[in-house]
Amino acid sequence: MINETSTTQSSVGPSSFVARPSSKERGISLAESLRIALETLMANKLRTLLTALGVIIGVAAVVALLALGRGSQEQIAESITKNGANLLTVRAGSVGAGGFTSSGGATRSLTIEDAKALADPANVPDAALVSPETMTFGTVTNGAKDTSAMITGATATYLKIHNDALEQGEFIDEGHLNGAAPVAVLGGRIASTLFPDGDAVGKTIKVNGKRFKVIGVLKRKGGSMFGSADDGIVMPLSTVQRTLSANRDASTGKLSIEEIAVQARDEAHLASATAQIKATLRERHRLPQSGESDDFSVDNQQNLIDTLTQSRRTMTLYLGAIAAISLLVGGIGIMNIMLVSVRERTREIGLRKAIGGRERDILTQFLIEALALSTGGGLLGLLVGVSIAVGANVSGQARASVTPASVALAVGVAMAIGLFFGIEPARRAAQLDPIEALRYE
Amino acid sequence: MQPIIQARDLARTYQMGDLAVEALRGVSFDIQPGEFVAIMGPSGSGKTTLMNLMGCLETPSAGQYTLDGLPVERLDKDELAAARNRKIGFVFQQFNLLPRSTALANVELPLIYGGERNRAARREQAARALEAVGLADRMEHRPRELSGGQQQRVAIARALVNQPALLLADEPTGNLDSHSSAEIIALFGQLNAQGITIILVTHEADVARAAHRVLTIRDGLLASDQRPTEDQRPEDQRRRRAF
Repeated sequence: MINETSTTQSSVGPSSFVARPSSKERGISLAESLRIALETLMANKLRTLLTALGVIIGVAAVVALLALGRGSQEQIAESITKNGANLLTVRAGSVGAGGFTSSGGATRSLTIEDAKALADPANVPDAALVSPETMTFGTVTNGAKDTSAMITGATATYLKIHNDALEQGEFIDEGHLNGAAPVAVLGGRIASTLFPDGDAVGKTIKVNGKRFKVIGVLKRKGGSMFGSADDGIVMPLSTVQRTLSANRDASTGKLSIEEIAVQARDEAHLASATAQIKATLRERHRLPQSGESDDFSVDNQQNLIDTLTQSRRTMTLYLGAIAAISLLVGGIGIMNIMLVSVRERTREIGLRKAIGGRERDILTQFLIEALALSTGGGLLGLLVGVSIAVGANVSGQARASVTPASVALAVGVAMAIGLFFGIEPARRAAQLDPIEALRYE
Repeated sequence: MQPIIQARDLARTYQMGDLAVEALRGVSFDIQPGEFVAIMGPSGSGKTTLMNLMGCLETPSAGQYTLDGLPVERLDKDELAAARNRKIGFVFQQFNLLPRSTALANVELPLIYGGERNRAARREQAARALEAVGLADRMEHRPRELSGGQQQRVAIARALVNQPALLLADEPTGNLDSHSSAEIIALFGQLNAQGITIILVTHEADVARAAHRVLTIRDGLLASDQRPTEDQRPEDQRRRRAF
């Protein structure tokens, strides 16, 4: 054990610097620090779990929110093509604040004549298709099976303008329209609800107690932001007006319709078609060239999507703020427990220093512990968030899509929190005086 | 032969607010390799401060302290940590074992901080240290499964594992019954017989009698430096065993 070879009784001198240990000597390895940290965390599992809970909830919220946001964005994008591109929707009433016009005259409803005017190439040369539509809700029954559905009264152009296709049977034609025939075309899903055997065509259903013959079934399109057409029923416009819902304009007494769908020739002609529609309707509604606002509105899909995107963004922002607060609280929780832990383990820290642990070794150990807490919490939160996303998709309540970027963000944020809130407790541990620490009770 | 410890006018002053407390006021002595030295003194005499200085836990306010050729007063924090790791084995009154770790893992600890990356080599070395203190059959036991005397043996094995120049024991029998105390003192005697330099801080005269040399500190100064003659000691040891 006697490891001195020098035989001289040399006193302190420059030569003795040779024996000075280098501070660059490698100390404890990172792997050992990690092992020690994990052992410490596993020794008190409940406390570890509770400490990480804030980060778990925060990360789960972030992952789920990003997934739901992403999912609804995809849904919006799909609904553009599903509902037909270059679609303009004309509705009665202006879109001013509260939906009221400031002019003295009552708002004029849209009529089938308005639709005919818009379909005239002399009035709206940039329109490709025009589809007058009226809507009402009804109770639909087939024997014992019943459900409620939106009934759309439409013409033959409906199918093409909304990018719909027939699964079985035929669609409404001129003959049905002229005769106000009691026929119905079922959306894909309502057809399976009422006729689980898939034999709807040719059968009779009752809507609000009246009998209609099913002549066709539409292909399913899947859900959209605007309620699914798969759950709806389409009938000839004249049939709906005659048998189910006859709204009349208050001033003229003419039968009114809810909206007119107009397909522009292409995307480049959306603006010109909108202008032509407005000019035509203002003339028909006897509004002066200037001075009075429109008594109708023309929306394109993009406006609608913008509105939806905007409201979704606002919601995501609020929920994101809640998630951020949760992460902050989670980080403070980690810091709190780490400070308690440093105090509880003061003697252990003193011992580690006494047997050769350097400040940076102690710092690393506690920092790794905080990081392991937050990263572990982040991974658990990721699991919960992904489960929520999967649950949303499976239940069909909402569409959610988890992207690698959101996973990286969530885990990255969790790690950053551990680092940020772990540094102060770790610094305190590292700077403990070993003599004081060993004496601590 | 170069001394293990060279203390020259070693002083340590603590600043307590406006008051400067001189815990150590200039102490000089040498300790040669292989010595077994007891440091005695009443509480408040400065012996704990001397112990902390010798253990490289702090640096002197004045004077020189050379440990195994190392000018300790000139070392920075990291170098002090390295010196504690390589040159000194600590044995404490409270044992200071990690409660959740096995005896083997506790003894391994200085090797981990020493940078030994090979786990098998570490365990091998730790096992040998435990064998040296007679705990070959208790390696996988945790501290609470061991008696006080056995816990202190684990602590001694931990102090020895890095083959330090110096074993520094602070009241090592303070928490033990008389039987365990006698065992631990006997173990120190055996280790010293193998050539290990031991410094033992105690206020128990019985314990101090096991040493070959007794330094007494009083009021921050070295009050006496006695070497009991060879024939006195075995007698004392016989008497102590009679307890």
